[in-house]
Amino acid sequence: MEKIVSRHFGLVDSHRLINYLKDNGYQAARKALTQMTPPQVIDEVKKSNLRGLGGAGFPAGTKWSFIPQANPKPKYLVINADEGEPGTFKDKYILEQDPHGLIEGIIITCFAINSHKAYVYIRGEYVNALQIMQGAVDEAYRAGFLGKGIFGTGFDIDIVVHPGAGAYICGEETALLESLEGKKGFPRLKPPFPAVVGLFGCPTVINNVETISCVPPIINKGAEWFAKLGCEKNGGNRLFCVSGHVARPGVYELPNGTTLREIIYDHAGGIPNGRKLKAVIPGGISAPILTPDQLDVKMDFDSLKAIGSMAGSGGIIVMDDTTDMVWAAMIAARFFAHESCGQCSPCREGSGWVYRNVKRIYEGHARPHDLNNLPGIVNNIGGNTICAFGDAVSMSVGSYVSKFRSEFEDKIKGRVCQT
Amino acid sequence: MFSAEYLKELDKITAKYEQKRAALLPLLHCVQEKEGLITPQTEANMAEYLGVPVVHVHEVVSFYHLFHQQRIGKYHFSVCQTTACALRGSEDVIAYIKERLDLKPGEITPDGKFSLSVVECLGACEMAPVMQGNKEYKGFLDKQRIDEIIEKNK
Repeated sequence: MEKIVSRHFGLVDSHRLINYLKDNGYQAARKALTQMTPPQVIDEVKKSNLRGLGGAGFPAGTKWSFIPQANPKPKYLVINADEGEPGTFKDKYILEQDPHGLIEGIIITCFAINSHKAYVYIRGEYVNALQIMQGAVDEAYRAGFLGKGIFGTGFDIDIVVHPGAGAYICGEETALLESLEGKKGFPRLKPPFPAVVGLFGCPTVINNVETISCVPPIINKGAEWFAKLGCEKNGGNRLFCVSGHVARPGVYELPNGTTLREIIYDHAGGIPNGRKLKAVIPGGISAPILTPDQLDVKMDFDSLKAIGSMAGSGGIIVMDDTTDMVWAAMIAARFFAHESCGQCSPCREGSGWVYRNVKRIYEGHARPHDLNNLPGIVNNIGGNTICAFGDAVSMSVGSYVSKFRSEFEDKIKGRVCQT
Repeated sequence: MFSAEYLKELDKITAKYEQKRAALLPLLHCVQEKEGLITPQTEANMAEYLGVPVVHVHEVVSFYHLFHQQRIGKYHFSVCQTTACALRGSEDVIAYIKERLDLKPGEITPDGKFSLSVVECLGACEMAPVMQGNKEYKGFLDKQRIDEIIEKNK
């Protein structure tokens, strides 16, 4: 299988320009800017069936076409490198081991949407990635790939590398914009969508690191090639992150549409210590949990949606049969309670309420009504909030309760606190 | 007011942004790097520098996890407690650090050498259990590795 986004991973000094240039580096950007028009670039990306790899899976080319070119305001490209979805660590690899691949993708994308300024918002904890990315940007400027009139055309482009400061919610695109504007990360109501009112009130495209890193190969080798690699409506490969109870945790580049079973057993080494699989999170902590009978699901956005979960960020977390599912639900609930930004009452209050409820059940002092109340509390957060975080709490924690209800009941049988 | 020296450095950062206020996060990182924490005086200076009410700076400082309003230890443990790390033993790691250093999360040792916080996903699940110690990620943690880290930074 041909590696695309991870083709430079593991090579010595792969982050350096001198090495990036040895492998067709910046040829796609040159081709786009000197031989294509912006609408042609957008069209190519649309035909490739490239979908957003941060979590939502929205068709990238379609998103770019929403930028109103008639609007006189400057256009912005923002790269979401806030990678905070538990189970996800792929963007870190791209930032640290192929920053020029991202930069080249940024150049082509900016050209396509008529933007001359891109911000790369990298989570504050990723100190290495921030340094390496800044180094690569500096190299690109020195070599004339960024700045004024690149490739001998009239096209100017600037990139600013911007650090976050520790807030999962800033991975949500509108919270990221708020944060980038120097404020706390409170998501905005949509509509208006960022494509119309985004950074500084201007039309903005926000895309994930991996999504934009797919763009140079698409321009070099064509949309058809990319589309064929994946499955229907979900072109290309993606970087799957595998962690938890597996023999070989790590990043695995595989075609969209590879089955979950194949990823876990053929690539990540299966479950060690002779144990059996009990549950698996398929796409980051927000994705409803799956059971062993669902392992043959194809890992693409549409197939996972069809079985009631999501491909999300590609973060696969495997749980073996030693795992207490009430404990696992508590960990998830605690995560959401800690990371709720606090803006919407159902989420601010509800996420804490869910966590305390599940914690009581886990620790053995549940009150008689706790388990019966739980679905109601969980289900009244999602759908009642400004952003999808509320939906994530409901879908994610709710899935533990619905799929492993007997474990919750067992904890409560005979251990109800009678006060 | 910030000193002239500080202002030179801060201006370099601010120059990259279309709106001055947008530079707030990197500006705060810059000051915290030098002083170790963000004080009310820094917040006031920053508000003046950016031309915003102090409360807007304070909101940001208190919202984001990486900005400290209290001193942290010379070596600060940030240990992940989310799902992938929990599945691979982070609870034992956290308990061990608490025991060895006699610390609860949020506390600093009397000699100021160590402090601890328990955090959510650091984005390094492939080397779970993971911590970030003074910017550096350390994975595959166990009691032995924790002992080594403590010895090295005593």
